Amino acid sequence: MSGPKTLFDKIWQNHLVEVQDDGTCLLYIDRHLVHEVTSPQAFEGLANAGRKVRRPDLTLAVPDHNVPTTDRMARIESEEGRIQVETLQKNCKDFGVPLFNLQDIRQGIVHIIGPEQGFTLPGTTTVCGDSHTATHGAFGSLAFGIGTSEVEHVLATQTLLQSPLKNMRITVEGALPNGCTAKDLVLAIIGKIGTAGGTGYVIEYAGKAIRDLTMEGRMTVCNMTIEAGARAGLVAPDETTFNYLMGRPMSPKAGAWEQAVEFWKTLPSDGGAFYDKEVTLDVSEIVPQVTWGTSPEDVAPITGTVPMPASFKVDGKPEAVQASLDYMGLTAGMAITDIPIDVVFIGSCTNGRIEDMRAAAEVAKGRKVAEGVRALVVPGSGLVKEQAEQEGLDQILLEAGFEWRDPGCSMCLAMNDDRVEPGQRCASTSNRNFKGRQGFGGRTHLVSPGMAVAAAVTGHLTDVRDL
Amino acid sequence: MQKFDKLTGVAAPMNMINVDTDMIIPKNFLKTIKRSGLGKNLFDEMRFDREGNEKPDFVLNKPAYREAKIIVAGDNFGCGSSREHAPWALLDFGIRCVISTSFADIFYNNCFKNGILPIKVTKEQLDDLMDDAERGANATLSIDLESQTIQGPDGGKVKFEVDEFRKYLLLNGLDDIGLTLQKVDKVDSFEERQNASQPWLTVVAKV
Ligand code: SF4
Repeated sequence: MSGPKTLFDKIWQNHLVEVQDDGTCLLYIDRHLVHEVTSPQAFEGLANAGRKVRRPDLTLAVPDHNVPTTDRMARIESEEGRIQVETLQKNCKDFGVPLFNLQDIRQGIVHIIGPEQGFTLPGTTTVCGDSHTATHGAFGSLAFGIGTSEVEHVLATQTLLQSPLKNMRITVEGALPNGCTAKDLVLAIIGKIGTAGGTGYVIEYAGKAIRDLTMEGRMTVCNMTIEAGARAGLVAPDETTFNYLMGRPMSPKAGAWEQAVEFWKTLPSDGGAFYDKEVTLDVSEIVPQVTWGTSPEDVAPITGTVPMPASFKVDGKPEAVQASLDYMGLTAGMAITDIPIDVVFIGSCTNGRIEDMRAAAEVAKGRKVAEGVRALVVPGSGLVKEQAEQEGLDQILLEAGFEWRDPGCSMCLAMNDDRVEPGQRCASTSNRNFKGRQGFGGRTHLVSPGMAVAAAVTGHLTDVRDL
Repeated sequence: MQKFDKLTGVAAPMNMINVDTDMIIPKNFLKTIKRSGLGKNLFDEMRFDREGNEKPDFVLNKPAYREAKIIVAGDNFGCGSSREHAPWALLDFGIRCVISTSFADIFYNNCFKNGILPIKVTKEQLDDLMDDAERGANATLSIDLESQTIQGPDGGKVKFEVDEFRKYLLLNGLDDIGLTLQKVDKVDSFEERQNASQPWLTVVAKV
């Protein structure tokens, strides 16, 4: 393909090992992240077939989904969870794969540690057996989640069979208003295009609002791209990206660094490049966003009301909305700010980075968690935790009545002991509000970190700008 | 991987949209380190009450559908997670084919890798197939992958599209790792080229 290319086209073409007659591509994989939940069956397959890991040096493993967040060295209570973590440890040893083990300060959520270490780089292909791999797209890395059979394929061959994807560009204009964050921006996008809006596409985010975001904000946006149904999200690398990466433990070192940056500067989409679909959005007027239902597209402004099922004109949607409201225990028409909250969760690969900790502490400072609300903060990695403690954020949060935990996925999906109890309602900074996601019968409202703290201190969903 | 050429079996209707992977196999069953055994918890929250008793209204609990091999469902089937436990659970239960108007991408891919055929049909075709599936014991569909057709209980046929390469793998029960390993020379030379042009990619600091 000649002529102007998109960022996606460039990365794709740079990684083609072979194109089959039917158009299926064999794609080279530069970075492979591994965690304990989706890898055991892949290693099992390798062992059964007598195969090796082709490039352990391009692979990085970490336990995160099941790990306890109260005490790093605590025994994992659930036997199955413990077996998964132990299996990962054993597999990494047997196959020579680098592992950030539980005792390692670098341990954390797989999508937090990749960027933090400089393992994630622009222009690369990054995969992981986890849908939120899209997070790494913030660096201009084509990053997507794969299934366990594909994990096995990448381990054995360092390649993946893929069909080409379509390009969508979402141009986000305007400056984010006060009180609004990357989380509100991406929730607004999902509310606009829906959870199937990105199906079959890689979404490139462009426009002033995206350029203005920090790397952490871009990661939040790319992270939730998967909630819009897309395979991956991308942001073109720029000075913000380079500044973030410089000096990270696994980033290119002096000499190679200059060469790398020069190459990375060639990656942004060419003017006039073709997109299969274009969406534009202006965020200068948005207000903080929350979800009211059981799908991430069920988004409303905090100033709004719970919608009427009949107001949805899409086939099947009114019934789905009614079922959502029943599950959520909400009445159509009620003010969003009248929704009471029992639990607050701040963390996850969406909002578990240092800036999120800072945003939470800023709102929490001098305030108290409301009576009867349980609020926990789970830093995304040991290094985020350490940094936050150096800045005294843990003290602010503890004084306000939050729990300050050890890193892991925690209540994002409740595979460890942190969960929302049946019927309880949680304001969560995570990415999915599916039924039972945070615990059987639990109800989730997705919000930004500041909004989560606002809910914690008032006991109901609250506009953080009103505090 | 089990081959898929022809399949005749009962089709269970799930007339709802956005059946997500958490519904297919709730995450509290994902802690296994094996691929088998998940079928007993397929659709767990819809299929059983909190005490573990079957909910009689759920389609796979109805006598006519207990042996279903095919699911007919609304838009966007398999959305949610990339976890392969969803196809493993379907397969372990005995489901070899899912028919819908659309699928979530990752789920769609994962099906092929596990010997399950996901078939995309139009809205009208889905409505007809849903009617067929609602006929209980008579809800038998026959799928022929070679000719890419679904035959309903009344003999009506629906043609469907499927990617040629995936069809080939499925028809022959081939594992794509083995196929790729035959191309190891191409991977070697790719690595050489990349190492020359982007040397920094391969110098990952030691852990
Ligand atoms: S934090 Fe949540 S979304 Fe992110 S990897 Fe962990 S479980 Fe998945």
